[in-house]
Amino acid sequence: MENDIVLSMRNISKSFPGVRALHQVDFFLKKGEIHALMGENGAGKSTLIKVLTGVYPKDTGEIHLEGHQKEVVIKSPQDAQQLGISTVYQEITLCPNLSVAENMFIGRGGDRVIQWRSLRNRTTDILEKLNIPARATQPLSSCSLAVQQMVAIARAVDMDCKVLILDEPTSSLDENEVDKLFSLMRDLKDQGVGIIFITHFLEQVYEVCDRITVLRNGELVGAYEIKELPRVQLISKMMGKELDEITGLEKQKALPDDDDGTIPVFEAHGLSSAAGTKAFDFKIRKGEVNGFTGLLGSGRSESVRAIFGADRVTGGRVKVNGHTVRIAKPRDAMRYGLGYLPEDRKQDGLIEELSVRDNIILALQVMKGFFRPFSKAEAEAFADKYIKLLGIKTASSDTPIKSLSGGNQQKAILARWLLTNPRYLILDEPTRGIDVGTKVEIQKLVLKLAEDGVSVTFISSEIEEMLRTCSRLIVMRDRNIVGELRGEEMTQAKIMHTIAGEAVQDG
Amino acid sequence: MAKWWERLSKSQLLVPLSALLLLVVFNLFRDIGFFSISLAINNDGNTVLQGNLISILDGASELAILAIGMTLVTASSRGQDISVGAVAAIAGSVFVRVLRGNEITMSVILGAFLAACVAAMICGLFNGALVSVFKIQPMIATLILFSAGRSIAYWINGGATPTVDSPLLNYIGKLIPGIPIPSPILIVIAFGVLVSLVLRFTNLGLYTQAVGINEKSAHLNGINAVGIKLVTFMIIGVCAALAGSIGVCKIGLINHEKILLDIEMDAILAVAIGGNALGGGKFSLKGSVIGAYVIQALTTTLYAIKVPSTQVKAYKAIVIILIVVLGSPVIKAYLARLRDSKLRPIINRLTRKPANAMENES
Repeated sequence: MENDIVLSMRNISKSFPGVRALHQVDFFLKKGEIHALMGENGAGKSTLIKVLTGVYPKDTGEIHLEGHQKEVVIKSPQDAQQLGISTVYQEITLCPNLSVAENMFIGRGGDRVIQWRSLRNRTTDILEKLNIPARATQPLSSCSLAVQQMVAIARAVDMDCKVLILDEPTSSLDENEVDKLFSLMRDLKDQGVGIIFITHFLEQVYEVCDRITVLRNGELVGAYEIKELPRVQLISKMMGKELDEITGLEKQKALPDDDDGTIPVFEAHGLSSAAGTKAFDFKIRKGEVNGFTGLLGSGRSESVRAIFGADRVTGGRVKVNGHTVRIAKPRDAMRYGLGYLPEDRKQDGLIEELSVRDNIILALQVMKGFFRPFSKAEAEAFADKYIKLLGIKTASSDTPIKSLSGGNQQKAILARWLLTNPRYLILDEPTRGIDVGTKVEIQKLVLKLAEDGVSVTFISSEIEEMLRTCSRLIVMRDRNIVGELRGEEMTQAKIMHTIAGEAVQDG
Repeated sequence: MAKWWERLSKSQLLVPLSALLLLVVFNLFRDIGFFSISLAINNDGNTVLQGNLISILDGASELAILAIGMTLVTASSRGQDISVGAVAAIAGSVFVRVLRGNEITMSVILGAFLAACVAAMICGLFNGALVSVFKIQPMIATLILFSAGRSIAYWINGGATPTVDSPLLNYIGKLIPGIPIPSPILIVIAFGVLVSLVLRFTNLGLYTQAVGINEKSAHLNGINAVGIKLVTFMIIGVCAALAGSIGVCKIGLINHEKILLDIEMDAILAVAIGGNALGGGKFSLKGSVIGAYVIQALTTTLYAIKVPSTQVKAYKAIVIILIVVLGSPVIKAYLARLRDSKLRPIINRLTRKPANAMENES
């Protein structure tokens, strides 16, 4: 049994100024297994991987690799790669404007004169062997994201890798693409590659993994065979809480019918934007939680962006509390009490180099005005209040937000909009790429807001989440609204059918 | 003590301050007389402070003012305005043109300065519009006025290099009778205070940094990114007008070919020495201003050790390479590692504080 081990990390510790990121963690990876590394944000997953790949030096501990008598020293990602440890990240790190073959071999050294023909042939062989649906000569950018991801994996595998680390490889893939990726992972597993798989999707863990190692607060909770660890137990191990606390989420009661005479908080007629939404009608009432659902690219994000004025509005009428208003840019929307947490946290949400404090107060500060800055004490008080309220883990409010973990960054952006005290809050994928515990917290928060009379539009690619929080779902396909579901109709099956265009019954 | 060191070692002022310190120490050992300041009577019969330090402070005035504007433009637009020297020439020419047409009184000087400001702000608006509306890289956008600016300045005074003479102008360019400190130094202080007040009582700093770091995100938070960039380019216009006018007052004439020649490069350098990223975002005005004085102190030191004026630039380059490399991310990361591995254990032992006091929340 012990002989199967391809990688063992023992007693790994790593501290950063003020934070103990890893404390005496052990991790073992067998040959030919897919091993999930699980934990909440800040549990130490990334740090462990970064220690393994030589990005961070470790404080204590040993790393052993199969085939090496002595402890291996990994000082840089190049060292790791030479030892057969390859990483494929969530964001594609290849060059989209080069061909697949070029991407497979670029930067790997070797001959000075490159024999393109032989590279192409080798690439074709590899692609065939791994069943990757791409041609060696086609530009990488013309492949789907999943295929690009697979090319990155093929490149890693071809470099004779024994340990393959997949860091959130599925977060930007649709279901079909995920299946393809999984079959590739299984092939590699059969070839004896040890795979470390990091993801936030529990279903995927149970679909493809053999074993699970759970970390919490920088410490090892344990390593388990997947069969021995049912989902709920995994979650409670990750969170360190008992199950009841997690499932204490009660679904929002469906509101009675639309036409009860109340004036909607927000109402749009024939709204369309330059981002390519077709004209649509929409309304939301006080204290309602509704959601836009549909496949990636169905136009759900574009629709909410149109509501907020994030893209150039090209047509339509908008009413807030029954009054016709003009929302041409985000500043207008904010004036009428709208808030928008964007889908792409990094691109559209964070101001990375600025402090957590500045990031939290930003929207409210803009609303207050250019000539009326908050005093340092006021800003500090706001930031501290929300850091406490949402449990944002940060060394101080002065820390640059980029050094926080993904979930804590998201909480900070959420805090930014909560601070503006919005009457209508749009949350586009607020739970993407963050851990289960924070997800549940955010869902609870949404329901709490609704109770307090805030209207919320909640978008998530995880349908369960939307079913749990929304009382009405707007279904989109190809940039059109194709249905609206409420109450009893809101089931996974019904949503799928509506998206697929079968048996549509408008609510 | 430990805290103080930690804050300084993380601060971006570390590099410019240590560069300044290095120059001071070098001169201390070389010739302590370098620092002597004395009172003297100048040609006009006024008492004035004299000495290398005074001439550094005086000589760097225009550069310090421009470095402030350059910092803001860099932060908001992620690029540099290379037209500041040329714009200063335009503003200086306008200043002289107005002065020549009138009998010089204090209000005429003020009017001339306002006219210079308007001209420079129009230039800033032009640059800013190219950058913010048409999304042209700042260096390319400002290349236009960089090459055309001094020709425009030529037209303003009909190709002449006219002189203007008035004791009032000497008050601005040299000194006010009774105050032995050269006026440009006082102007820089006043301007610095004004800018700090603006930063204190508006959100210029926050907005500029937000736009420079992530324009999309700034837009989604209701910030008018185009407007902010325009404002910073207009501010650098005002800086150029001020620098140009001081330049005129110092020598009592405008030479559109020579006034503040090559100053744009020194201004950019001052920003860089100040520890500011030339790629925009977070900024420190203090750093840039110190950077300006470092450059001037370096030049003065080189002259003091009798480096021939033809070779000053080469020597300057060597020192500047050192400063910039010291401030580079690679060296900074190395120093940070050194600090964490060597210094922290000592500090922790001294202060007996556990390294992991936080962290134990669920």
